[in-house]
Amino acid sequence: MTALDQATPPAPTVPADPTAPEPRRPARGWAGASGAATSLIGALGVVVGLIAIFGPPRHVRIDWLLPLAGVQFDLDPLGGLFIAATGAVAVATGIYAVGYAQREHWARVPLLVLPLFAAAMLLVPAAGSVTTFLLAWELMAGASLVLVLAEHQRAAVRSAGVFYAVMTQLGFAAILVALVLLAAAGGADSFAAIAASADDVAPGVRTAVFLLTVLGFGSKAGLLPLHAWLPRAHPEAPSPVSALMSAAMVNMGIYGILRIDLQILGPGPHWWGLTLMVIGAVSAVFGVLQASVATDLKRLLAYSTTENMGLVTLGLGTAALLRSSGAPTVAAIAITAALVHLMSHAGFKTLCFLAAGSVLAATGLRDLDKLGGLARRMPITTVMFGIGALGASGLPLGAGFVGEWLLLQSLIQAPPAGNTLLALAMPLSVGAVALTTGLGIAAMVKAFGVGFLARPRSAAAENAREAPTSMVLGMGLAAAACLVLALAPALLAPALGRVLAVLPSLGGDVVGPQLGTYLRLPGVAGSMSPGLLALALVCAVLVALLIARWGSRHRPAPAVVPLWACGADSLSPRMQYTATSFAEPLQRVFDDVLRPDTDVEVTHFAESKYLVEKVTYRARWVDPVEQRLYTPVVGAVTALAQAVRRAHTGSVHLYLAYGAAGLLIVLLVAK
Amino acid sequence: MTALAVVAAAAQVAAVLLGAPLVVGGMKQIRARLEGRAGAGVGQPWRDLRKLFRKQQVTPRGTTVVFALAPAIAAGSTLLIAAIIPLVALGSPLDGAADLFGVVGLLFLGTVALTLAALDTGTAFGGMGSSREITIAALVEPTILLAVFALSVPAHSANLAAIVTATAGDPGQVLTVSSVMAFVALVIVIIAETGRLPVDNPSTHLELTMIHEAMILEYAGPKLALVEWASGMRLTVLLGLLANLFLPWGIAPADPTVLEVLVGLLAIALKVAVLAAVLAAGEVFIAKLRLFRVPELLAGSFLLALLAVTASYFLATTSV
Repeated sequence: MTALDQATPPAPTVPADPTAPEPRRPARGWAGASGAATSLIGALGVVVGLIAIFGPPRHVRIDWLLPLAGVQFDLDPLGGLFIAATGAVAVATGIYAVGYAQREHWARVPLLVLPLFAAAMLLVPAAGSVTTFLLAWELMAGASLVLVLAEHQRAAVRSAGVFYAVMTQLGFAAILVALVLLAAAGGADSFAAIAASADDVAPGVRTAVFLLTVLGFGSKAGLLPLHAWLPRAHPEAPSPVSALMSAAMVNMGIYGILRIDLQILGPGPHWWGLTLMVIGAVSAVFGVLQASVATDLKRLLAYSTTENMGLVTLGLGTAALLRSSGAPTVAAIAITAALVHLMSHAGFKTLCFLAAGSVLAATGLRDLDKLGGLARRMPITTVMFGIGALGASGLPLGAGFVGEWLLLQSLIQAPPAGNTLLALAMPLSVGAVALTTGLGIAAMVKAFGVGFLARPRSAAAENAREAPTSMVLGMGLAAAACLVLALAPALLAPALGRVLAVLPSLGGDVVGPQLGTYLRLPGVAGSMSPGLLALALVCAVLVALLIARWGSRHRPAPAVVPLWACGADSLSPRMQYTATSFAEPLQRVFDDVLRPDTDVEVTHFAESKYLVEKVTYRARWVDPVEQRLYTPVVGAVTALAQAVRRAHTGSVHLYLAYGAAGLLIVLLVAK
Repeated sequence: MTALAVVAAAAQVAAVLLGAPLVVGGMKQIRARLEGRAGAGVGQPWRDLRKLFRKQQVTPRGTTVVFALAPAIAAGSTLLIAAIIPLVALGSPLDGAADLFGVVGLLFLGTVALTLAALDTGTAFGGMGSSREITIAALVEPTILLAVFALSVPAHSANLAAIVTATAGDPGQVLTVSSVMAFVALVIVIIAETGRLPVDNPSTHLELTMIHEAMILEYAGPKLALVEWASGMRLTVLLGLLANLFLPWGIAPADPTVLEVLVGLLAIALKVAVLAAVLAAGEVFIAKLRLFRVPELLAGSFLLALLAVTASYFLATTSV
């Protein structure tokens, strides 16, 4: 959504809503305490996660905490990986939040809830029973909702909050029903017991559980068609919260699918894998298309989350399909690809959202059309966002490259022998991944090039100041993680090996890809060495720079000169391409899918119709899925509510009559 | 890996470095002659480069390190590709470090560096060029990956040396439906990626049509020389890759003798020269497409590549 004024200079931007009352200012120490607590919880998570991955399985049961069921935590490598990743995100975000919360004057409630949210996210993958899992899940959902509403003085935040609340609770309902069904069919509450008796679960129940969990967990992971909360909640939530939600919370959706559908219930029939592949591929392409035309920086990043979770789900689906087609070796590559991509997404998305938060804090702007020129005013933030964007674009040297490479390899190496299903699914998936990568590069070049380079397009961007130390530290930590993931994925190898071993339904009994200096694939020719490639590229660039010195003896001294302004006096920022104009060719190419709502408004001078005073161009992208799917559903719910309202007239007599009728029905049924 | 394999790799990098301006010059000369002009001669790009390298270093005011480094990244990534892919010999020391996906990624790293540099200038032309370039790149990348996939299915690997070896071992593969479709798709994307007709006209500065040229308007002197050199090397490398993927004869094995390296060098030079000549001759007869017809062309090649992949999958299915 954007309004771009092509003739009048952009008005100096006022942060959002000037009429909003100033939030209460908490004492300075509160922000520090909250951030520190979040980081400490995160660090604890990393330690516990590593213990869970490399240590023997541990079980903790606390019976008194919850009547009847008790609370049960099981630590195994799969959960441990998610705990460690979430913890790492929380460490970086917590440090960042110290400076951010002070700068943005957070109220006390979000400051209190921030560590709670991080803790709740750590509990989800640790949960060892259905009851505990549901409790932790709901704690996580509730805490995130409070945080989304942190700036509830703004109407946009409230609207996003309602949307998020409804979506997350509907997702929770689906998961609740699915897990209750599963627990009833398995005759136990703990995951371990259910997994042991999973083979006896009736096929109908399995199907129902699969569909409901994919729905519920898919909505949390931001997969189509239940992704709509992401592009609303992420932009409106404070940036550290967006980072936590986008880099850690959406992972829980993937974790749910992995744990319930692929580990406990799996291996399922062919169509399970195929369903996941289709959902993943469609989400990836749709997400990246929306990201490539988005002009709101955080909205772009939110759609990029849909894209990346789509790729991860595609990897999971490929693994499931290949496993059920009898190709466990390649299935192991696919599952590794999904996990590696999940980890690198956690890294680069944390970094991107934190950097976007620094920009927002410094300028009050998320609109790329009004940013620009930050490279000179906020050099550190610019470098940080650059590292994140390189990771998100899936180019070599970026964090996202290894995961995408493994995913493509798993799709390529699938054995074609006599399997029409694979022969159709694999090429189409490669097409989807390839299209996603290409458009992802365009989206990230736009975000970085238009948002941070060139000249500022508004006064707010002109007066931007670099972020304070704690925010820089938080970003630096995330950037270091990105670089490690990009150049030395070997560090992940031992952990991934342990995780693979507990996923027997996905190829745990075979050797996974070796992630050493060279990434080698089991049984197939093909290797890649991101670290070596980076080193070689640095050398090659140095050689190129050396070549550029050729003839330097004859050169006059270097000079700094003005840019060529096509004969005009000087260039003004209004002559630059904006994010809207940058994406216009792509928008035109994908017109049929995006269906933009554009209008051009020409204002003439009063004196003459031949002189144009200003031209206003507006383009709005209405999410087609939202429009087609949600509007009818919301309409139906509203109609139903209206009908119910008619029965509630406020008359006590009528209510007594309802009570009597209800009692009668109960008596009749009970008899 | 023997010492001669390293020598062969060095030879192919050197050949690309030195030969790229000649390829560009040769293509210009062929076009000139076919259009009835005398032409500047094959060596003209070299003379241009020498002239540019001696000019003053000029930095436009307000640009950042992105602008300064982009030419080196574009040239460096292309040099690296020249060192990786099998042009003269199969066993490049970096062969295991990157396969075709890695090469495609490196190619786009160079493109992205130049588009960011164009945005960095903050001029209208820079933005226009970079917006157009990235649109085309976003559509080219999927096609390349799909064509690569189509080629790697029969070889069971995306490793370049493996694909070339497989083709050399079974020449019949070149004439299968999927190979031919992949070939056509690759030709289209190479034309698009190197900014040749009908996608972009490298010899105009007409603002309505230019893509690549609009991005590099602010470059001058040695940096411009580097950009021009890089673009010539990209063309050479891609033509060489195309030649060896489909016509791998003459290439030296992974463990070559001196004679084999020389034969390989000669063979690739010949193949690239022939391909460049055909491309230049073809360009004389076609006009540039309207910018918004280009995506249609690219969508066509994307579908072709998709068909190629599906066909190769089904062919592999029936043959096993």
